[in-house]
Parts: sequence; C-alpha cells; structure tokens
Amino acid sequence: MKNLDSIFAAYLIAWGVFFLYFVTVARRTSALRGEIERLKSLVNRSK
Amino acid sequence: MTKDAIAGALVLLLLAADAYASFFVAPTEATMGPIQRIFYLHVGSAWTGLTCFLICFIANLLYVFRRQPRWDWLGVACAEVGLAFTTVVLVTGPIWAHPVWGIWWTWDARLTSTFVLWLLYVSYLLLRTLIEEPDRRALFSALFGIFAFLDVPLVFGAIRWWRTQHPQPVIMGGPGSGLQPTMRWVLLFSWVALLGLMTLLLRYRYRLEAMRGELQMVEREVEGA
Repeated sequence: MKNLDSIFAAYLIAWGVFFLYFVTVARRTSALRGEIERLKSLVNRSK
Repeated sequence: MTKDAIAGALVLLLLAADAYASFFVAPTEATMGPIQRIFYLHVGSAWTGLTCFLICFIANLLYVFRRQPRWDWLGVACAEVGLAFTTVVLVTGPIWAHPVWGIWWTWDARLTSTFVLWLLYVSYLLLRTLIEEPDRRALFSALFGIFAFLDVPLVFGAIRWWRTQHPQPVIMGGPGSGLQPTMRWVLLFSWVALLGLMTLLLRYRYRLEAMRGELQMVEREVEGA
C-alpha cells in the first residue's frame, strides 16, 4: 500500500497524543487525591 | 468492573471498529490513493475539537452569568480536551498534505486560523496558571474563553469564504460538494467514536478540576483550624 508509513505515523502519533493526555490526567488526579487525603487527616488530627 | 472501566472498554471497542472501518470498509479514493484514509481521523478529530470548544464557550458564558464553579471546571476541561484533539489535527494534516500537495504546511486561511485557535486555547490554559485567586481566575479565563471562541467561526468559514490550498468542504459545502455514501458513513462513525473518547476524557478531566475545588476547601479548613 502506497504511503503506508505516513498513514501508520499519523495514527500512531494521534493515539500517542490521546494516551499521553490520559496518562497526565490520571497522574494529576492521583497526586491530588493523595494531597486531599493528607490534608483531611491533618484536619481530623487537629479537631 | 467499575463504570469507568466499562465506559473505557466501550470507547476502545468503538475506536477499534472505527480504525477497521477507515482501513477496510471505506473505499480507496481515486486521486490520492490510500493516504486519503487519514481523512477519517483528521476530520473526525477536527469536528470533535470544535465540539469541545463550543461546549467550553457555553460553559464560559454560563460562568460569567451564574458564577458557579462547576462551569469553570467544565470550561477548563473542554479547553484541554479540545486542545488535545486540535493537536492531532495539526499533526495529521501535514502528514497527509506532504505526499498530496508536496509541502508540509502553507499559511492559507484554514491552516492559519486552526493554528491560531490552538494558540488561543494554549493561552487560555497559561492564563489560568498566572492568577492565584480562584474566582478571579475563573472570571478572567471565562472572558478570555469567550474571546478565543471567536476564531471557531473563522476556522469553519475559511474554506467556504476564501480560496485555500486546503480542500473545499465535503459536508455542508453547498451545491457541487459531497462525499461518496460509504465514505460519509465511515466519517460519521469516526466522529461518533471520537466523541465517545472526548466524553471519557472530559469526564476524567472534569473530575480532576472538581477535586481541585475540594482541595481548596480543605486547605481553607486547615488554615482556619
């Protein structure tokens, strides 16, 4: 198939962008969840 | 199995079916040959990105009038997800253009307005990092988001109003435009699959922003304790 490498590159980059974006959101969510838990336990201890 | 895992599996199935349809169901275009198959990913991503920016614009307007944080959360989620889809458009476009036009890029009205759109939403996200106070940040970014959306009609109209290197529209292009029926169905199916992905990403990103709101509340409690 002519230009198969270009088609392959386009799909690979596109799914790479979506996957990387998903990973960054998941990492930010997990870091934030940890921070909320830490602060909540701090509030509970001070009560 | 959680709801998220089921939704994720469904979207993956939909995307796999979309890739199959793009490669094996859609006919090969007579002039460009197989490279034209990028069309389904490129146009589908463009429509999905513009859909995100439309939702972002509505959320920005609702924030300005109602001042409820959830509209700010939706606005930033849509801006980020829309930016991811527009990045895909700006990358797949030149990959398709090079073998067909002989050049990677040209500053015609469609390509330029799309690049400006990408820059505007990058600025929207950068602006948010510069303002500390949450209410001010939400208001300024909502106002900037409303301004940024002004470029969307330009992107849509660029290939209708001006002569461009970019092809003329195949959907809603008026008399003389159109798409072979199987190609049209595959394109619509691609858009539906990408809308599924958009919904999933928006859901995750909105949840992240809602958690940030919760964190600010807890921080205030800690400061008060």
